Amino acid sequence: MRTVIIGCGRTGAVLAETFESLGHEVTVLDTNTRAFDRLPSSFRGGTVRGDGTDEDVLRRAGVTDADLLLALTEGDNRNIMAGQLATEVLGVKRVIVKVNDPVRADAYAALGVATICRTNLMEDAILTFIGEPARHLTGVRAPTGTHPGGDHHETGATAPTTEA
Amino acid sequence: MFVIVVGGGKVGYYLTKELIESGHEVVLMEKDRGRADQITDEIGSVVIPHDGCEGAYLAEAGASRADIVAAVTGDDEDNLVICQMAKHHFDVPRTIARVNNPKNEELFRHLGVDEINSPTRMILASIEQDIPVHELLHLAALGEGELEIIEAHLQEGSPAIGRASGDLAIPEGCSLFAVIREGSAVPLRADTVLEDGDKVIAIGRADCEAQLKAQLIGEPSEDVVGI
Repeated sequence: MRTVIIGCGRTGAVLAETFESLGHEVTVLDTNTRAFDRLPSSFRGGTVRGDGTDEDVLRRAGVTDADLLLALTEGDNRNIMAGQLATEVLGVKRVIVKVNDPVRADAYAALGVATICRTNLMEDAILTFIGEPARHLTGVRAPTGTHPGGDHHETGATAPTTEA
Repeated sequence: MFVIVVGGGKVGYYLTKELIESGHEVVLMEKDRGRADQITDEIGSVVIPHDGCEGAYLAEAGASRADIVAAVTGDDEDNLVICQMAKHHFDVPRTIARVNNPKNEELFRHLGVDEINSPTRMILASIEQDIPVHELLHLAALGEGELEIIEAHLQEGSPAIGRASGDLAIPEGCSLFAVIREGSAVPLRADTVLEDGDKVIAIGRADCEAQLKAQLIGEPSEDVVGI
């Protein structure tokens, strides 16, 4: 499995380490090279400095051969655009983008992009902890609608990502 | 016409001003409060000081009855999301995006943005028309941008020199229609023999370009440095 992670914040760095330990070949991308300091010294994957919304940068990071792409920067729109570039232009089969605005997270799931919304995840975690039912059924909203290039989509729902 | 302009930079500011002057109903969305206040002082209360990428604020701006949404911020990713939200969430009939990276034009079009405006592409086109290079020159885009008017300047090394235009393997979806020779335009017939120095004008799809270039320009010679 080849996995590309855009955005080397806490989540990106943790997932890079996790996927590497699962045997994935991981490349991490960030506009700031200092962000790569978050990666453990044992990390053997690739690091690419660049903007994840730039097609040339994504190609340089090997996105055309990726099995999985995660867009996890702090910008919802950057993640959305990076995810759509990967899906529509570079043909990546499985893409998950972080969209912290619940409205946009719903809208893009309906447009065929799998989204994960930190706002809703935290809401659910807190509700569950205090004994209330969670409001959202899934952590990742699977793509429900048709994306222009939706034919080649694989939803996360039918194929589990970890089989370790 | 009711137009929502998103992004209160220079482009958004002057666009809003011009639209108001031509009698249109306009709302400008600018998320920076200071900039929004400044524009309000200058052109009146047409500014919503919020992020046009957020569905709730687009609704407040009246997106569901807008005729046009123009996304003119300096960030391509924001302009894309604004247009997609306008189109798919509010059924806005016409969306227009400013695109800074010309490579994004195709993606935007593919994802349903109705009109794309690329200042970078326009300036690039002006420069390409002035500098002779061993490349095809893009003179203009036709229709929604799938077709282009292209000029090929035949120079030494071009495989087309000395051949009749009808003998060239011109890719499907592409048509050669005129040649500029010694300053005047000559219609191109199948038996017109091409000469060194001719400028051949073609209309074609962007994806024909590589083949067209191979036929008309050939391989650049060693001492020529492309741009």
